[in-house]
Amino acid sequence: MFSMVKTVLLSMFKRPSTVSYPQKAKINDPLVRGQVTIAIEACIFCGICGRKCPTNAIEISKAEAFWQIERFNCIQCGCCAEVCPKKCLAMSSELTGASAEQRKDKYSRA
Amino acid sequence: MGKRTIVPFGPQHPVLPEPIHLDLALEDETVIEAIPSIGFVHRGLEKLVEKKDFQEYTYVAERICGICSFMHGMGYCMAVENIMSLTVPDRAEFLRTIWAELSRIHSHLLWLGLLADSIGFESLFMHCWRMREQILDLFDMTTGGRVIFSVCKIGGVRKDIDEEKLKRIVDVLNNIEDELRSLTSVFLEEQSIKGRLSGVGVLSQADAFGLGAVGPMARASGIVTDTRTLGYSAYPHVKFNIITAQEGDCFARTKVRIEEIFEAISIIRQCAALIPSDTLIAEPVKGLPKGEYFARLEQPRGEVIYYVKANGTKFLDRMRVRTPTFANLPALLQTLKGSELADVPVLVLTIDPCISCTER
Repeated sequence: MFSMVKTVLLSMFKRPSTVSYPQKAKINDPLVRGQVTIAIEACIFCGICGRKCPTNAIEISKAEAFWQIERFNCIQCGCCAEVCPKKCLAMSSELTGASAEQRKDKYSRA
Repeated sequence: MGKRTIVPFGPQHPVLPEPIHLDLALEDETVIEAIPSIGFVHRGLEKLVEKKDFQEYTYVAERICGICSFMHGMGYCMAVENIMSLTVPDRAEFLRTIWAELSRIHSHLLWLGLLADSIGFESLFMHCWRMREQILDLFDMTTGGRVIFSVCKIGGVRKDIDEEKLKRIVDVLNNIEDELRSLTSVFLEEQSIKGRLSGVGVLSQADAFGLGAVGPMARASGIVTDTRTLGYSAYPHVKFNIITAQEGDCFARTKVRIEEIFEAISIIRQCAALIPSDTLIAEPVKGLPKGEYFARLEQPRGEVIYYVKANGTKFLDRMRVRTPTFANLPALLQTLKGSELADVPVLVLTIDPCISCTER
């Protein structure tokens, strides 16, 4: 009985364990694998990331000089960033927002 | 003789997080036979090994299951490393052990929450999952993922845990240990929980042995079995007890899992103290694997077996996983016989079913 009262009292005065998410932004650790970012100026379009990608989410064309990723096919494993010879790919801690449609992001060198 | 009926149970059921179907043959309220059918979440991950480079397949192996994801990756890597005679650096072995034991804590806390939920104890469920959240934050902080870590690779690990983070892990675990003690008294002394779990679904030691039960299911029936004693990874360097119970009922299975959390905390503390300070965390992979190997390791649910056959190319010939839930299903069917219909959800839950592991 006493322990129950203690739990109730503690729960009344404690801050909630959850983050009230949309009102308060969740700050991710810099280590968190959110989404793949590319510094397209440094990319040499070698295509290693596309070949190594476990879900084939990345498409590259050397002739047309573009790098494209299907955001919702990406499983955030970080494989592409690891194998990139120019280290122009990186994992940012920002997550891809929800969407009802497929989201293809195309980066090309103008 | 009572009236006989067949009640379909699952694949969609409020207490089941994953799809399994049981046809329960009842006599009045008593189950006389249970016929299982699985195959609702088969994804063909074993076949995929023929299409993916053996190093990339680590990412796929991790996705066999969301709860013991790290240990799936670790099992696969251990098998390939042994084929290629790769020696994993000591620091990597300790890091693997830390992550594996953290996974065990999070899996057992998740299970305790689900158990509380299945017997209708909602606030206890919330408390268990609140504590589990702290472990998930530790994963976030050390690996970059909450569920799928992608830190294991053939030859070692991808990420290191520095001194500061190791200290933080130990601090969080100290907090959790204190909270867990009060939670333990609820689980093991509260009359309503005792009444719901004691004497339900008794699996005798002979049955557990004969039906090949593994993990906490076997240990709760008095069988002393733990694959960690084989001495893979950093386990030879740490001291731990094998938790067993004699009763073999749902209450004993709960007790074993709770005490295993304390053991896991103690293992992580020892690892944090013993971890070597060298910087090498991965051995480079040279050449291609040729040969076959059986890797065995202890997951939160029991022993998992990884069989890998390599043919000297970058694609493997065969990869087979024998998951703990698959080994525990015959024992579950045995305990279901003679149980009350109202106990079936709790009974199915106490084997800690992971159907997506079982079906891959």
